[in-house]
Amino acid sequence: MIINHPLLGPRDAQEFVYFGDAALIARPDGLSEGAEATFHDYLYLRDNPAGDHRELWYHEQGDRSWLVVTRNTLTHDITAVELARDVARHMGRGR
Amino acid sequence: MSQMNRIAGGQIDRGQTLRFSFDGQAFTGHAGDTLASALLANGVRLMGRSFKYHRPRGPLSAGSEEPNALVELRSGARREPNTRATVTELFAGLEATSQNRWPSLKFDALAINDRLSPFFAAGFYYKTFMWPAAFWEKLYEPLIRRAAGLGTLSREPDPDAYDKGFLHCDLLIIGAGPAGLAAALTAGRAGARVIIADEDFRMGGRLNAETFGINDAPAADWAAQTVADLAQMPNVRLLPRTTIIGAFDHGIYAAVERVSDHLAITPAGKPRQILWRLYARRAILCAGATERPIAFENNDRPGILLAGSLRAYANRWAVAVGTPTAIFTNNDDGLRTARDLIAKGVAVSAVIDTRAGGPKLPGTDHIQGAEVIDTAGRLGLTQITIRDAQGRTRTIPAQALGVSGGWNPNLNISSHHRGRPVWNDALAAFTPGPGGPQGLTAAGAAAGAFSTHAALATGAAEALAALADLGISAAQLDLPKAEDTPTAITPHWYVAAGKGRAWIDQQNDVTVKDVKLAHQENFRSVEHLKRYTTLGMATDQGKTGNMLGLAVMAELTGKTIPETGTTIYRPPYTPVAMGVLAGRSQGADFRPRRLTPSHRWAAEQGAVFVEVGMWLRAQWLPRAGETHWRQSVDREVLVTRNSAGICDVTTLGKIDIQGTDAGLFLDRVYANTFSTLAVGKVRYGLMLREDGMVMDDGTTARLGPNEYVMTTTTANAVPVFRHLEYCRQCLWPDLDVQLISTTEAWAQFSVAGPNARKLLEKLVDQDISDAAFPYMACAEITVCGGLRARLFRISFSGELAYEIAVPTRYGDAMIRELVAAGQEFDAVVYGTEALGVMRVEKGHVAGNELNGQSAALNMGLGKMVSRKKDAIGMVLSQREGMTRDGGLRLVGVKPVDPAKSLTAGSHFLALGAPSTAAHDDGWLTSVVFSPNLGHSIALGYLKNGTARLGERLRTVNLLAGTEVEVEITSPHFIDPEGARLRA
Amino acid sequence: MRYSGFRVIAEALTGHKGWTPAWRDPAPQPAYDYIIVGGGGHGLATAYYLAKEFRQARIAVLERGWIGGGNVGRNTTIIRSNYLLDGNEPFYEFSLKLWEGLEQDFNYNAMVSQRGILNLIHTDAQRDAFTRRGNAMILHGADAQMYTRDQVREMYPFLNFDNARFPIKGGLGQKRGGTVRHDAVAWGYARGADGRGVDIIQNCEVTGFRIEGGRVLGVETSRGYIGAEKIGVAVAGSSSRVMSHAGMRLPMESHVLQAFVSEGLKPLLDGVITFGAGHFYVSQSDKGGLVFGGDIDGYNSYAQRGNLPVVEDVCEGGMALMPMIGRARLLRMWGGVMDMSMDGSPIIDRTEIDGLYFNGGWCYGGFKATPASGWCFAHLLATDTPHPTATAYRFDRFRKGLMIDEKGVGAQPNLH
Repeated sequence: MIINHPLLGPRDAQEFVYFGDAALIARPDGLSEGAEATFHDYLYLRDNPAGDHRELWYHEQGDRSWLVVTRNTLTHDITAVELARDVARHMGRGR
Repeated sequence: MSQMNRIAGGQIDRGQTLRFSFDGQAFTGHAGDTLASALLANGVRLMGRSFKYHRPRGPLSAGSEEPNALVELRSGARREPNTRATVTELFAGLEATSQNRWPSLKFDALAINDRLSPFFAAGFYYKTFMWPAAFWEKLYEPLIRRAAGLGTLSREPDPDAYDKGFLHCDLLIIGAGPAGLAAALTAGRAGARVIIADEDFRMGGRLNAETFGINDAPAADWAAQTVADLAQMPNVRLLPRTTIIGAFDHGIYAAVERVSDHLAITPAGKPRQILWRLYARRAILCAGATERPIAFENNDRPGILLAGSLRAYANRWAVAVGTPTAIFTNNDDGLRTARDLIAKGVAVSAVIDTRAGGPKLPGTDHIQGAEVIDTAGRLGLTQITIRDAQGRTRTIPAQALGVSGGWNPNLNISSHHRGRPVWNDALAAFTPGPGGPQGLTAAGAAAGAFSTHAALATGAAEALAALADLGISAAQLDLPKAEDTPTAITPHWYVAAGKGRAWIDQQNDVTVKDVKLAHQENFRSVEHLKRYTTLGMATDQGKTGNMLGLAVMAELTGKTIPETGTTIYRPPYTPVAMGVLAGRSQGADFRPRRLTPSHRWAAEQGAVFVEVGMWLRAQWLPRAGETHWRQSVDREVLVTRNSAGICDVTTLGKIDIQGTDAGLFLDRVYANTFSTLAVGKVRYGLMLREDGMVMDDGTTARLGPNEYVMTTTTANAVPVFRHLEYCRQCLWPDLDVQLISTTEAWAQFSVAGPNARKLLEKLVDQDISDAAFPYMACAEITVCGGLRARLFRISFSGELAYEIAVPTRYGDAMIRELVAAGQEFDAVVYGTEALGVMRVEKGHVAGNELNGQSAALNMGLGKMVSRKKDAIGMVLSQREGMTRDGGLRLVGVKPVDPAKSLTAGSHFLALGAPSTAAHDDGWLTSVVFSPNLGHSIALGYLKNGTARLGERLRTVNLLAGTEVEVEITSPHFIDPEGARLRA
Repeated sequence: MRYSGFRVIAEALTGHKGWTPAWRDPAPQPAYDYIIVGGGGHGLATAYYLAKEFRQARIAVLERGWIGGGNVGRNTTIIRSNYLLDGNEPFYEFSLKLWEGLEQDFNYNAMVSQRGILNLIHTDAQRDAFTRRGNAMILHGADAQMYTRDQVREMYPFLNFDNARFPIKGGLGQKRGGTVRHDAVAWGYARGADGRGVDIIQNCEVTGFRIEGGRVLGVETSRGYIGAEKIGVAVAGSSSRVMSHAGMRLPMESHVLQAFVSEGLKPLLDGVITFGAGHFYVSQSDKGGLVFGGDIDGYNSYAQRGNLPVVEDVCEGGMALMPMIGRARLLRMWGGVMDMSMDGSPIIDRTEIDGLYFNGGWCYGGFKATPASGWCFAHLLATDTPHPTATAYRFDRFRKGLMIDEKGVGAQPNLH
């Protein structure tokens, strides 16, 4: 596979390490009420779609960027690649 | 007589006569021959035996689809089983041996299977060999296994080298027949970066095997000229002898180039083969088509070939396979073979055409509306029996029979992404369908464009389209003049006659009867058919047989072929040597070696090294007179505890963490708190995974208000860094914190023991007295009069200890300085074994305890998990299953009898309890011999362990049948109060 | 029809005219007592044991395509019970015992061949971990053997002992481990179930569940609605997709695992060997092909095909371990979809919906589990209580912190 890195252009996927569903960015607040239940759902349950999947890849053999890649799990076609940091900010994450 | 079947013409170099041998018999051939063409030229039709019935077989084809003519090529460690004679380029001294026969190819004892074939019908083995139960493994299966398999591996290491490389292009053209060459010309002239690959050693594809012309010149000459023109273009790379074995995602293709398989000896420094990973923006499949047989009784005898292959042997290799020759066809291309042979003066005894009517072929007995219903000739064809339109049968002499059931486009690669081919009624064949690899189109016969003109035209057109896609403008190719014969075929798949067997998959001996049996037993899905009968599972991957099997099943079920199904192909296109897929990553070079900064020094001392992940570390450093590793390790431990020891700890992960939020960041990634750590101090840190299990541990030092240095375990250096980047970029993107891995940047040494300070004082430029530099202090210092360094007063051994880091390029100098400074204290350098002994004596956890299945509580570190802040893993570490009483706890263990030694991995059982899982109380994680205590000691995870100090248990190692009575102790065997490390 | 050597001979002499279909192709009934969704190994085994051991009737197996077309038909055929943890080992040992009597039980020769499995040891830490594991196996009544380097060399002299990057230091063996002809397992169970009245319905895709008041009433299929008292889902590779029809999200991701077979070779390798310093394991089939595999590709996929880096990685492991295979040719590669659970262990449990039961998350270990999985799922379906060897395979183990994590890598499916 080839991942079109937003900063570096097309790179072989072998340079990257896969992590999982980009929903993992939305980490709950550990000090909130009922955190154990929300953390269970957050950490363990997955949509696992057959189709477009937004997922985290890390450019370990490259610039160390975490990326959010939108990839179809049936065809492996990639339709979007974003910096995970931008996605995280867009999702409202900050400090 | 030498080469008695050689006729005039062809593209062999008669000036070069090559000697070779088959089954020990000497022959000659010419440059340009394949092993099969050379043997056929010498009148050898029998080349192999089939898998199940050991039927005598000769080549069916002249290409890579060959199911029958498989030989063991070369000898000794280079022996290469199952090699297709039809694609083996002849070289001087070639040595080939037949396989899957005993004692000889002509007389094979297991041919008895052929007589017993009624008992060996499809799937017979699923129905028997079950009684008595024990006999399957003791009797039946060993017999089956002994008979199974084709060729034999040498059992010696492969002596050849294999390389890997990367290639990039705008347009990859797969196949260099008319379509491929037209595409390459179009794209090459447009200046695009073109790669054209062909599995053959002579590019041109079918053009090399035909007699018609292109632009009034012989087709083969046009091909040769075009190849020469392409070779002149700097933007075009020709890859002959190169098979595209598979299409992978996003335009990546794998290609295997056979660099020296056609040579007697691999030239020094050259690889045998190269695996190219090919990145192509667009690709055109121009792989041509493969002829398919018609199934009829005894259609597998040596001398029965595909008609187009028979034609290729005559036209390209100047071989008449047998005289007289007969032809059996259901389409006009079979007639072309007859015409070519007649023109070459080969006697054609009959052309049996399944179609009634139409013009008769002159110069032979063209029998229309007829079928071949049987053949004769034990080791080679002698005659055929036909049944004509009136139902009359007669025999016709034939040493060779060319069979044409039509042509299947070589669409294999187009279905590597599981795209389904589509049925084309006019061709009676499948053509590439949707869902193929993105950016791949097909042209020429691979796309069902069977005439030469159509191949040239579609090749050029697909190239234009691909270039237009890429924004490269190209000129229309001035198409050369070529034949444009329409395809005329009336499907005819098998001959229904008699009780004999008609082969579909020749190598695996799958016959029409087997397909009928599969149908009868409801194995009707194509996949069930394949798996039940083994159709298409042989080394030829069903290239000639699959379509036929499908057609027979369609007829039996009364459905059309596309309704019945299709089969898609998986990589590789043809079988690939394992060696080339591994490349240079084998033997000692399987994975890179990482060497520590003191490696050279340690090697000079004769150190014994051990693999620690990719690293090689000194395990112990034997001295003269030491004959057992324990002597060396005991000495290293004792000297360190009594005076001083030095150890290279560079392999520990080191991460610089800087920024105004560095402290806050560490509070979130560590279970304990770091923002409160004073500048100039070090703290032990416990890192959890989000699921609450311990991920890693180490120390982190605060060098400045906004600057920390983290250490990780050797094993987790990379995963921890990845995790921290994840936390920084994905979870808290706006924290002001930056990370860099400095594992390789600093050479780091532990200096431990009562004399550690005295030793270091000789090298460190600053005051490191206990007052100035107390336990858990850290500082940026200089050594040896100005070299910048870092000093940490931390201890893994439990002694007064420091870790000192210098820039890596000074690592070798530093170990030598340390050793020199240590001489007056008789200091030792210790390896990983002594390190392990001392950490167990001290009760520190390491790899065996940090097993990813243990929480802080299990390790006795539960109190380190702060619940006042939201750190990774805090929440889920509190789940009921992880915090319940009575769970596993880290304990120390010593044998009741000090003479007994313990074994790591032994399990705890109560005294007197039976050795069953119900009484399993835990296990020993780490065991060492403590030279300080004079006996074996261990750490272990014991159920409810902290409440069981002083209890006696047994530890059992049922694998060795041993058990030792032990006493449970605190894990801190030495200096539990920590007086030594604060000295 | 009963299969036997006598029968084979009799049919051979009479032109094989007497063989009957191995299973029928019945039209679906309007309703059943039990519907098993998924005609793979686990689903067929479940139906077989429901009928045979639990004396249940009115059972249907619904299969989207052709039976045995999932992972039971695309694996590397290995059976073993060499697990470490209490939650797993009794179950896999139960499975191995069922394998040992399977062929006589279902009257089909699946070629269960206990030729032994050997996990190689390359480091001291590995030896410690394997000692722990081997002892756990024996404590649970399984067999295990620890071998020295010399003993391994005697068994397999052609492994790389002299020029290895990671030298072989020994091995943990299980003599009762081995291989089975994978397709035959599906066919044997299908034939056995069919013979006991189970309707096996191919080309019947479940497209939804009819659920009312927290209770499942039946399934919508490509062949119409079918009612059922109880529905068991065993659809490895499609677990998340099918259960999403019931509104459930599962603790798993689907990944691709590639496997490979070489051309047929004369006997070379008797048992199963796994390389401990790379991703490679290998056995030789009764037909002579080396059957081998390695690690999963590592990214979510339903494509049933993988990519080149893993192919290369596996062959590198193969060459590092057995340098003689350089001139053997890789013949075929394929990919299977693995439902990788969050701790690497499976689930056999009821769901929050009455009457709906789930079996899945087998990661790449489902084949060896087939008999016990079927038996235990049948037990759960028939009795509403978990089988004693499968009590840990619950959904709520993640909520409670009772993960069964053999590898100790946590909630990251692609590392299991």
